[in-house]
Amino acid sequence: MSQLHGEPYQPKSGFMKWMESRLPIMGLLYPTAVTFPTPRNLNYWWTFGGILMFCLSVQIITGIVLAMHYVPHVSMAFESVEGIMRDVNYGWLIRYVHSNGASMFFIAVYIHMFRGMYYGSYKEPREVLWILGVVLFLLMMATAFMGYVLPWGQMSFWGATVITSLFSAIPYFGDMITQLLWGGFAVDNPTLNRFYSLHYLLPFMIVGVVVLHIWALHVTGNNNPTGISVKSKQDTLPFHPFYTAKDGFALVLFILFFAIFVFYTPNILGDPVNYEKANSLVTPEHIVPEWYFLPFYAILRAIPDKLGGVIAMFASIGVLFILPWLDTSKVRSVSFRPLYRQFFWILVIACIGLGYLGAKPPEGAYVIWSRILTAYYFLHFLVILPVLGILEKPRLLPKSITESVLGNGDGDKAESKG
Amino acid sequence: MMKQVTHFRTLVRAGLIAIVSALVVLAAPGVGQAEESGESEALDWSFNGPFGTFDRAQLQRGYKVYREVCSACHSMEFVSFRNLSEEGGPGFTPEQVKVIASEFEIEDGPNDDGDMFMRPGLLSDRFPAPFPNVQIARLANGGAFPPDLSVLAKARVGGPDYIYALLMGYEEAPAGVELAIGMSYNTVFPNHQIAMPEPIFEDAVEYDDETEPTLENYARDVTAFMMWTAEPKLEARHRMGFKVVLFLLIFAGLLYATKRKVWAAVH
Ligand code: HEC
Ligand code: HEM
Repeated sequence: MSQLHGEPYQPKSGFMKWMESRLPIMGLLYPTAVTFPTPRNLNYWWTFGGILMFCLSVQIITGIVLAMHYVPHVSMAFESVEGIMRDVNYGWLIRYVHSNGASMFFIAVYIHMFRGMYYGSYKEPREVLWILGVVLFLLMMATAFMGYVLPWGQMSFWGATVITSLFSAIPYFGDMITQLLWGGFAVDNPTLNRFYSLHYLLPFMIVGVVVLHIWALHVTGNNNPTGISVKSKQDTLPFHPFYTAKDGFALVLFILFFAIFVFYTPNILGDPVNYEKANSLVTPEHIVPEWYFLPFYAILRAIPDKLGGVIAMFASIGVLFILPWLDTSKVRSVSFRPLYRQFFWILVIACIGLGYLGAKPPEGAYVIWSRILTAYYFLHFLVILPVLGILEKPRLLPKSITESVLGNGDGDKAESKG
Repeated sequence: MMKQVTHFRTLVRAGLIAIVSALVVLAAPGVGQAEESGESEALDWSFNGPFGTFDRAQLQRGYKVYREVCSACHSMEFVSFRNLSEEGGPGFTPEQVKVIASEFEIEDGPNDDGDMFMRPGLLSDRFPAPFPNVQIARLANGGAFPPDLSVLAKARVGGPDYIYALLMGYEEAPAGVELAIGMSYNTVFPNHQIAMPEPIFEDAVEYDDETEPTLENYARDVTAFMMWTAEPKLEARHRMGFKVVLFLLIFAGLLYATKRKVWAAVH
């Protein structure tokens, strides 16, 4: 199958005709971004892809401005960030947008991923599209982790120490890897320098993978709330103006949510301890990563063995790569899978529970619950999903998207409202 | 088969309820913990809320408390004298700040002869630190380092509420509590033993306005001052936030109307 295309571009002005016969860039963009055929029943959960592109742009733009004032040296990093907050014109705004922007990025990506799981968007023929998404998620985590080290506060330093030390658990290569990450024998100036360099690089790698992600999307086309494939032209609408209008409205609501954090509680998502300068002699009472890493942190600490914990943590993301093959059901959308719907929500609750436990000290009941939920997390993907696809009796599918929109199908009517 | 499925559903629901209630129960000891380590009471600060601003007179009094008491031990390395007359701050006039700065002797140099020399402070100078280095600061404070106060109001859980509670939290050690040498008993400090001796007492600082020279007022005023040094752009942030939120609300309304119109044709 080649690219899905909308109506082709017809150059109107003389200049554009001249241009198109030399560099047909509009010919490429127009059918993929303007007239692209999009299922007519996408709900608001489908607006998060656009929102994620917005988040990435915001991080890159604010990041480049921050980089003009930031000094990547252990004796100046904290000071230069305070300089940005105090002496750079609107520096406080740029920094708060960047630091809260990272959280907004993760809120959006988690919604986007759970949307995919809810509607079975990872299934045939969208496996590669999904896998590219998991790659993006990994790159985002690496970027955010290294960015958090840059202000060189107490949690920057100790978070970096704890996470980089994990690699020492890897047999044989462990010490080599940690020394390579540190640029020495502990987190210090060389670590800060290489993290800064990579923190600047990775977002652009994300841009590259986003291009592949969108490319893959434009081959298979969007999934939709019914999960049934587009069958005729009647099932789709051109991307513009229908989805530009819908995405635009949703984006502004998202920016509103974002703005409330930036202007009214800019530090609520961060750890106060990071306003204390890094000190290798004083260990904070609780070393806690940023909220978006907490479920994985809980999985890490649930396993009593260091190497085992590291493996479990990476495996928790690893299972997402093979998710398209773990789910054996032929039906995509939860709307027609009564049992999967329940398990989906249990998984969501288990993940939130893990997030809660990740912020708690690893003792007593917290550890026991982390173990139960970690076990459940893997059980969901490795046992429940494969078995469910075989046992579950899906509901009757509507004949087409159009039929489900017009109301005589069995689709999720409420969800398919425009 | 159908019957089985319903059973299965009930089971799943029960499991779900169990998980939720377990988490709720789990949360309970967490709350208890917070109380034990001295969760500070939320106070009604002038800078709270989306329209909050600093109280200029309070910041001026707070500066005086810092200057006359706290600055003997604590630096404020990120604050310059010029900040004292900047918008959204204590609102001293530039003339007043020149006088304030000139009361300090600042080391400068080297001059053309290669010597360091002392001169009166200028607007562009940072607040001078009380100790030349961490080691001397520790020696003078029984081994403990008095932390820099510039951003401390943001560096503690509870923020200004915690700082206020800390300053008000000195008490006679309860029977049975053995204090280490040089330590004082404080109700909100972690472990209750703090190396900072009770820093202020009633009548320690003479206020220039009619405010009562009580411990409560000192603690409140110096805490508000510390909040300003930690977040000097708070007022500008609140003002801009209001405009941005208002704009976005209107813009969202317009976009919603546009979206409805565009989609009307295909619904
Ligand atoms: C005699 C020296 C001295 C004076 C004067 C002093 N402090 Fe301190 N302060 C210290 C020391 C020492 C510590 C470190 C305490 C510790 O770590 O146990 C400290 C710690 C603090 C802390 C941090 C507590 C924490 O949670 O870690 C705050 C806040 C503080 N002082 C505020 C003030 C204020 C406000 C004043 C003025 C009213 C003041 N101090 C005056 C010596 C002093
Ligand atoms: C994927 C996109 C990005 C994410 C998720 C991200 C995340 C973060 C995070 C979490 C911080 C710490 C903020 C704080 O606590 O203060 C940070 C800091 C920083 N980032 Fe990024 N970032 C991204 C892109 C970029 C880009 C593209 C640049 C530069 C071109 C950049 C430059 C910086 C700089 C200079 C800092 C240190 C200043 C500071 O801490 O405020 N970032 N980033």
